[in-house]
Amino acid sequence: MKDKAITANNLTKQFGDFTAVDRISFDVNKGEIFGFLGANGAGKTTAMRMFCGLSLPTSGQATVGGFDVYRENEKIKNAIGYMSQRFSLYDDLSVLENIRFYAGIYGMGSKAIRVKAEHILKGLELEAEKNMLVGSLPLGWKQKLAFSVAIFHEPRIVFLDEPTGGVDPITRREFWQLIYEAASEGITVFVTTHYMDEAEYCNRVSIMVDGRIEALDTPAGMKKNMGVSSMNEVFLQLARKATRTEN
Amino acid sequence: MKGITINHISKSFPLKKGKLEALRDINLEIPECELFGLIGPDGAGKTTLFRILTTLMLPDSGTASVNGLDVAKEFMQIRKEVGYMPGRFSLYTDLTVEENLNFFANIFNTTVKANYHLIKEVYKMIEPFKKVRAGKLSGGMKQKLALSCALIHRPQTLFLDEPTTGVDAVSRKEFWELLRSLRSEGITIMVSTPYMDEASLCDRVGLIQQGRIMGVDTPQQLRRAFGKKLLSVKGPDMLQLLRQLQHMEGVENAYPFGEHHHAVLKASANTLHLPDGIEVQEVEPDIEDCFISLMRSHEG
Repeated sequence: MKDKAITANNLTKQFGDFTAVDRISFDVNKGEIFGFLGANGAGKTTAMRMFCGLSLPTSGQATVGGFDVYRENEKIKNAIGYMSQRFSLYDDLSVLENIRFYAGIYGMGSKAIRVKAEHILKGLELEAEKNMLVGSLPLGWKQKLAFSVAIFHEPRIVFLDEPTGGVDPITRREFWQLIYEAASEGITVFVTTHYMDEAEYCNRVSIMVDGRIEALDTPAGMKKNMGVSSMNEVFLQLARKATRTEN
Repeated sequence: MKGITINHISKSFPLKKGKLEALRDINLEIPECELFGLIGPDGAGKTTLFRILTTLMLPDSGTASVNGLDVAKEFMQIRKEVGYMPGRFSLYTDLTVEENLNFFANIFNTTVKANYHLIKEVYKMIEPFKKVRAGKLSGGMKQKLALSCALIHRPQTLFLDEPTTGVDAVSRKEFWELLRSLRSEGITIMVSTPYMDEASLCDRVGLIQQGRIMGVDTPQQLRRAFGKKLLSVKGPDMLQLLRQLQHMEGVENAYPFGEHHHAVLKASANTLHLPDGIEVQEVEPDIEDCFISLMRSHEG
């Protein structure tokens, strides 16, 4: 258990008669980049909300960073970082204000924030723009900054919900290089994406269909197992089995 | 001249400081019955170009025509002849599926029955929900209803702004199959997308970034024009390997590409000397490689 960042055992979420997440079981290792794939409406977001401590499961067990999702969801919130394409930074705060705001929420001291902010701005080559409003930055810079802010308080696990949607191909790759670097420093990365080439960047991926995990393996293992040459074909073969309509 | 013609179109928007150049001297010629893809990331200028072509916005300079009609002078006629599916869902959420469709047929002086054959393939997927309010539909269903409404007056030309954004791989594939069958009905289609892998489904594509068209051609021809040696590289420690490639003498650019890294070689280099255990293979460029290379040469 100790080397696991996330564990799920028959984790289930029902809304009335509808079973959004249906007895999913899997583990994510510490420091792993784990791709959480599935068609729209397969149950990814519902599962992710349970792991982030935002929604209680109907049944089953799960731990995140060693904490129980039923009893210790406040501890989970402290141990994780979160970023999505829809919600990341405040457009009408400056770069530095956003960093201070998020770090403050996680209870970091002002000196620690100052030292670390400098380091991050340097790494992203954003020193000259630190007082600019985030809303005026190009999308690609925003996304890279949002990721750095999500891991600013050094969480054990970071959840990324479609972090690279609509981003240009150069920035998308720079973004993944940041992910690799975070993982090499021991942060576990749990990521969803619609880009199938990004599935290949993950150590392991799971594919959800109709609330269940239909496949879980390394990208190479999955392709070999199904006798196809790309993750796109793997995804299409599995997701075609879906019978339920989208969210 | 039917189809779409764009001559020296530019458009900018005022900002607090300076201005945002949304489109810079765009020139395109799209013949009748072509399935043309406008490919680029968010903020590239795709939506602005669509708004100008659908007569919702005037360019600062330049001219354009759709179905042989001028976008500035003959806008009333253009509006009758084109279908437009904007990026943001813009049907009436408090009308049902059926009511929305009847409404759009009505304002174009036609009936659902008259053009049913055109929408049949897409509409039959949402017909079981015809009594459901549009606001209650899922993303994929909304997209199909929006396409039905854009088609109901049998437009000559169809403009689709990012119809597949945020839609999963299965629905994206279905949607492209629908577009290809519409093209064979004789409709000119201009579609934008941020997904580079959709380029191969178009007859021709325009690659757009920061308001500039960086290249226009068939997907095959764009790949042929890449003009540099491209290696696909794989090793046990991919992050370490990437850093190594990015600092190597003969490498112009190196970046992750699915399960491999791609390394673009400088003209002076013929191959790379990498340690044992590293797989190296020369590969053909993908549209995404072309886009990256064009972006770099424009930023250059």
